[in-house]
Amino acid sequence: MNINLTLFGQMIAFICFVVFCMRFVWPPIIAAMAEREKKIADGLAAADRANDDLAVAKETVAQELQQAKAEAAGIVDAANKRAVQILDEAKEAALAEAERLKESAITDIEQERQRAKEQLRGELSALTMQGAQKVLGVEINQNTHERLIEELAENW
Amino acid sequence: MAGDNQTVSEYIVHHLTNLTYGRLPEGFERTNAEGGIEKIGQGGSWVMAHGAEEIAAMGFFAIHVDSMLWSIGLGALFCWFFFRQSRRVSAESPSGSIALVEMIVEFVDNTVKDTFHGKNALIAPLALTIFVWVFLMNLMDLIPVDLIPWALSTGIETIGFVGVEYQKIVPSTDPNITMGMAVGVFILMLFYSIKVKRFGFVKELTMNPFNHPLFIPVNLFMETVGLLAKPFSLGLRLFGNMYAGEMIFILIAALFSAGLLWVLPAAILQIGWAIFHILVITLQAFIFMVLTIVYLSMAHEDH
Repeated sequence: MNINLTLFGQMIAFICFVVFCMRFVWPPIIAAMAEREKKIADGLAAADRANDDLAVAKETVAQELQQAKAEAAGIVDAANKRAVQILDEAKEAALAEAERLKESAITDIEQERQRAKEQLRGELSALTMQGAQKVLGVEINQNTHERLIEELAENW
Repeated sequence: MAGDNQTVSEYIVHHLTNLTYGRLPEGFERTNAEGGIEKIGQGGSWVMAHGAEEIAAMGFFAIHVDSMLWSIGLGALFCWFFFRQSRRVSAESPSGSIALVEMIVEFVDNTVKDTFHGKNALIAPLALTIFVWVFLMNLMDLIPVDLIPWALSTGIETIGFVGVEYQKIVPSTDPNITMGMAVGVFILMLFYSIKVKRFGFVKELTMNPFNHPLFIPVNLFMETVGLLAKPFSLGLRLFGNMYAGEMIFILIAALFSAGLLWVLPAAILQIGWAIFHILVITLQAFIFMVLTIVYLSMAHEDH
């Protein structure tokens, strides 16, 4: 347990190691750790901001969705109305057409009836002549009885 | 192991002797290898000491080669390892040994921040150096006491070289080493006391605790004792703890040679003490670091 020059040797070594550590070891390690700390803090702040942004975006989306729904409902309403309108128009047109067809059919029938009447009237004179001939047993001259027949047909 | 021709006390003393290189004074009579007596000539002679008598004769002009080499070697190991990691650290995620280094650095940094409130770029690297270096020096205590001395003496002789006679591998069991560091810290304390407080430091030494001019001699005496007690407590606490721990290891090692019956108890004691010592070496390194920070913090603050 002698105190000797080793004491000074150790002191010198101590100073050298401390200076080395102070110069070359401590600063880069502490700098890197501080940088990492800052990076992590920044990252957390960015995450917070992103969360806020997300909330805002969600709200916007909800609003837009609602608006779109309202718009869609409006469109559907309009479409329904229009459909009803078209249906009504079509119904009206169909009714009109039906009326027109009916009318023209009635006209046709009337014409046909007139024509048949005319024809029958023509045929009647001949038939009457034949019948009268049979009854009278004589040939009735058409020209002679023209006026009589015509009178008959007129009243038929 | 206590050799065949060695008593237990010789064995213990041998283990407590440093490998010493020093100057033998003029007129010292030295016993050489052949048994003859050699007288040291004028101006003394620088030699490796053989035995306690020569070491005592060398006095102050001697150096403990083993303590110095182990201490500087471990300090260099610390510097190399931490320097290598400091080149590799980045803000990316650390891994493996970088994480270890960062953990120690952060631990030291927090301790310094808790205790030292001034601004001084020296304190934290100083604390880191002290903590890791003292820890490494203490750690040598866990290597079996006979292993390296045996390898350096008998081992080397077997290969055909001259063996090393003494070897103490735990630098912190050498008061020169612990006091060397404590005195280094003490010089820093004085330097910062004067630099920060200037005249206030003188006032602190003379006007405390009795604030009256008549009491200046009393105050000066008391404060000087208080001031000097700091490096002594710092250095001798570490030395005392490590020396005692080393002593127990040596005693346990001596127990192995006491007979076959003692091997098992000695082995159990060895393991128990080694496990306990893991705590002691870490704690002592931590205490040395914290006290250094506290003393330097006191040097920076007026109170």
